[in-house]
Amino acid sequence: MSRSILTRTIGELSASHPAMADFFIGVSGQTPKPDGSVLSWLAGVGEDRLSQWGMDRDQALAHIEALAGQIDALRSSSAPEVRVLTILGGINKQGQPEDLRLTLRPGELVSVVGPTGSGKSRLLGDIECLAQGDTPSGRRILVNDAPPPPGLRFSTHQKLVAQLSQTMNFVMDLSVGDFIAMHAECRLAGEVGPLVSQVIAQANDLAGEPFDRDAALTQLSGGQTRALMIADTALLSASPIVLIDEIENAGIDRKKSLELLLAREKIVLMSTHDPILALLGDRRLVIRGGAVVDIIETSLAERANLAALEQLDQTLMAVRHRLRGGQRIDSPVEEMLPWMR
Amino acid sequence: MRVITVAGPPSVGKTSVVDKTARLLKTRGQRVGVVKFDSLATSDDEIYARAGLPVAVGLAGSVCPDHFFVSNIDDCLTWGRGQALDMLVAESAGLCNRCSPHIQGVLAICVVDTLSGVHTPRKIGPMLKLADVVVVTKGDIVSQAEREVFAFNVRLANPRAAIVFFNGITGQGATELVHHMENAPSVDGLEGRRLRFPMPSAVCPYCVGETCIGRDHQRGNVRKMNFAGTGT
Repeated sequence: MSRSILTRTIGELSASHPAMADFFIGVSGQTPKPDGSVLSWLAGVGEDRLSQWGMDRDQALAHIEALAGQIDALRSSSAPEVRVLTILGGINKQGQPEDLRLTLRPGELVSVVGPTGSGKSRLLGDIECLAQGDTPSGRRILVNDAPPPPGLRFSTHQKLVAQLSQTMNFVMDLSVGDFIAMHAECRLAGEVGPLVSQVIAQANDLAGEPFDRDAALTQLSGGQTRALMIADTALLSASPIVLIDEIENAGIDRKKSLELLLAREKIVLMSTHDPILALLGDRRLVIRGGAVVDIIETSLAERANLAALEQLDQTLMAVRHRLRGGQRIDSPVEEMLPWMR
Repeated sequence: MRVITVAGPPSVGKTSVVDKTARLLKTRGQRVGVVKFDSLATSDDEIYARAGLPVAVGLAGSVCPDHFFVSNIDDCLTWGRGQALDMLVAESAGLCNRCSPHIQGVLAICVVDTLSGVHTPRKIGPMLKLADVVVVTKGDIVSQAEREVFAFNVRLANPRAAIVFFNGITGQGATELVHHMENAPSVDGLEGRRLRFPMPSAVCPYCVGETCIGRDHQRGNVRKMNFAGTGT
């Protein structure tokens, strides 16, 4: 136990973070005198109060010290820098070696394709836990050309990987503005207000139908939900790697969404069955039987096809927009598609 | 033998966490056994048996489940030694968010889920506040932002614990949890060891079978609500 904590005043510690203030109020049952030291405060707390809170005196002191350490760590922790991420092959589901050495850099988008059950999730899982030959695939992940130190691998502060999947939903009973503010406060990074406005504006730029900060988080449409998750991950998540499991075609600008993440210097891996998303990647990994069996660079011919596929997609989106607006879909669709005219 | 206590509110996925992690430990050559503590009934022992793990069941019945746990945990170790286990996992339900089966010098894991609400970490008592590892489940169905807020609140409620996100369906997170479990201290027996926090002192007529409501029956350790200054 460091002496410094014991002699610091309640007021000074409470001012360091609301959680610290909540702790003193919670244990005391009222706001304690701000000018008393931790030692004198604790001496004045009754056994009954401590027992109700669920700690004895030593545990309370250890808690205050650990909390102060956490708050310092939160203030000083910046995003861990990943200049290059390397995936080294392991074994496939038959136990045969996987011939793979893949390097990824910030701002790079890689698609992951393969049938259901082929091992796409396992690859993303290996990256998430920075596998060191200790997962069923036997793969190893290097960060900046070296195995990550255990401190980084099992760090609670610095999660390297953020995830975004089509099965995710917002479940909190809060308004958009309140929730994003709560997330921003976790980062303890400067003014919260402008950050919240920025995230909401960015999400509205991605989603078709705009929403404001008073909208209930759980009432957002599918597209609005996904747009907000992407804007929030891009602007508020510290993690330098983003793993995406499909972005559904739900009235959200998917190309712009990915560009937003890449512009924030994230490494993005995206598992998908959608040709438009897959071809947006610089490369795509083909997975079969639990191993990467091919890495395909997106060719010029594929990029040209991507443009045509996007036109097709936009046409369908326009029809969907008309439908949603209560209009009729009776004008010939062929006229909207240049090659069918 | 390494001993690990796993506790958490009902339905958070404790059994999935233990099952997936024990399977991984097994592939690493560890002999893992499980003692499942529950109140009235359980069929989770079948899940463990299917994974080929030695399993014992303790049902508290009419006794407080956490008191039941403490009265039996040392016998569990004796059973584990008889089974020649490398690792014994004692899984128990935390029924009132207040009790904590965690023991000093024994790795303590608390399992909570992200669906339970953002303020939950603050509401759970010693079971979470005094754990060494907090495992957070069901993160795959909520947003990244909610996971980060949840983890943040866990860190504030228990600043010393390691936090592990765990997907009980795919087992994602098991590698990380195995790392913590393989570093658990070895213990020979628990005779004379202490709980990390006393269980509630609840000796009143209702503890011993009283069912009638009324002031006449409120004797012994009774705490009354204070309504002064509340309402209009």
